Amino acid sequence: MTDTPYGFDTLQIHAGARPDPATGARQTPIYQTTAYVFRDADHAAALFNLQEVGYIYSRLTNPTVAVLQERVATLEGGVGAVACSSGHAAQLMALFPLMAPGDNVIVSTRLYGGSITQFSHTIKRFGWSATFVDFDDLDAIAAAADENTKAVFCESISNPGGYLTDIPSVAAVAEGLGIPLIVDNTLATPYLCQPIAQGATLVVHSTTKYLTGNGTVMGGIVVDSGNFDWSASDKFPSLSKPEPAYHGMTFHETFGALAFTFHGIAIGLRDLGMTLNPQAAHYTLMGIETLSLRMERHVENAMKVATWLENDPRVDFVTYAGLPSSPYSDRAKSLYPKGAGALFTFAVKGGYTACVKLVDTVEIFSHVANLGDTRSLIIHAASTTHRQLTTEQQEAAGASANVVRLSIGTETADDLISDLDQALAAAVK
Amino acid sequence: MNNYTDKFLRELLSTTKTIAMVGVSVNEMRPSYFVARYLNLKGYRIVPINPGQAGKTLFGQMIYPSISEIPEEVGPIDMVDIFRRAEHVDQIVDEAITALSARGLRYIWMQIGVINEDAEATAVAAGLDVVMNRCPKIEHQRLFGELRKAGFNTGIISSRL
Repeated sequence: MTDTPYGFDTLQIHAGARPDPATGARQTPIYQTTAYVFRDADHAAALFNLQEVGYIYSRLTNPTVAVLQERVATLEGGVGAVACSSGHAAQLMALFPLMAPGDNVIVSTRLYGGSITQFSHTIKRFGWSATFVDFDDLDAIAAAADENTKAVFCESISNPGGYLTDIPSVAAVAEGLGIPLIVDNTLATPYLCQPIAQGATLVVHSTTKYLTGNGTVMGGIVVDSGNFDWSASDKFPSLSKPEPAYHGMTFHETFGALAFTFHGIAIGLRDLGMTLNPQAAHYTLMGIETLSLRMERHVENAMKVATWLENDPRVDFVTYAGLPSSPYSDRAKSLYPKGAGALFTFAVKGGYTACVKLVDTVEIFSHVANLGDTRSLIIHAASTTHRQLTTEQQEAAGASANVVRLSIGTETADDLISDLDQALAAAVK
Repeated sequence: MNNYTDKFLRELLSTTKTIAMVGVSVNEMRPSYFVARYLNLKGYRIVPINPGQAGKTLFGQMIYPSISEIPEEVGPIDMVDIFRRAEHVDQIVDEAITALSARGLRYIWMQIGVINEDAEATAVAAGLDVVMNRCPKIEHQRLFGELRKAGFNTGIISSRL
């Protein structure tokens, strides 16, 4: 839509932001307010009718949060975005306009454990269900669909690492089924992968991770490509038919390519209430200003640490998709050319006991249930992030009992290697 | 989607004063009513065209049954904005060229989902600029800051106050 295409480094600093019109403040102010004064009754009516876009109540829109939304939408190449309170909230916000009781979503087996639990158990409370499929088997994705299938969901770089989804091929299957592909792009960030350019309809993030980048605030976001024709079938009545939850408005007819985002604000945030607060948006905006710089170092460090581990006799294997030995090495080169992320697992000789000892012995690595921090992090996925899963689900997700997950930070790579070296010496006798 | 530059759309929206809206609805939940109300609030003069509602008024403006029946005293018409299905557009464009060329007509706008390349060619041959498959409300909201309030990608990068 723009006349001049700007570079990623420019957009991560400027997109969505402008000097504050009231004060000239150059940094985006934190608009810490719940409500906004209407000019008059007509103005209020136009805002509530969505005939004019503006601020009503911070559950719906807030100037600080809006800057974050436009920035991520721009970096992802989407038309708009809705921020929300966490990555898990973003997943529900992405599905909510698409699904009705009795509907289902086809989901990759290779997901963050918490997402597998959300999809396999919690969404059943809404009358929704998920069918889990190996996304390297494209025929199986198509075969899993029925008339009530409303979306396909995967992660770009999957947690706990080592797997990269072939987004263009999966998107082609979804397109053939007439349903949107939703990609969780948390681990890649738009710097390493832009799912919309590869055919995805919606992108979700836990902004808690690399976008914020320093482990300070929780957040999530849903980006819409604006490319999906919601009215091409009767599958998505909340967008293509008069919506009783908004006095009979037909969102797609009224807002065209912006329909999904307007729906996310006017119904999703209004009724589910999983709003991001402006303080959190501020921290995340600070982080995004340096996203490309950090991701370059994350990836460079991950490659150094993974290579060192792979050559160490105390290590059975390393799953990092950036390594030439990875079965996904070719996919990394073609679809993730700037790097395969900075999250991976490795198997310690000595199995579960050695893993636990290793996690207890590291000094620089922090033992936490998070990822995408500037600090390097370590965790035993099978007993924590993927704990609620069955053994089969853990293995399918790449979180077997004998592996440790690393989220490689931006410290000096040699210091990370030294730390792992001393911990491996203690763990593997 | 046709690619119109921001510069072109800005100029169109900045220099247009009066818009004849063909097929505008008086039902306030219809998209065409949204567009008319928004543009009216932003200071454009709307001339509603709807044969089923002719003789009534919308935002204080008389509704006329057709483009040809807009009285001379209404004055110049800069743009015709079309809310009809594509198959009706040829006739509307022909009528607009005949009735409004001498009254300052410069732009034909076809709303989202309305694409008629033959009518576009006819209008261009008559010296008019054409926008298809877009909404003037959304483009105005995008280019003049309103969509920014709700987190849409406006494409605008500027460090000016």
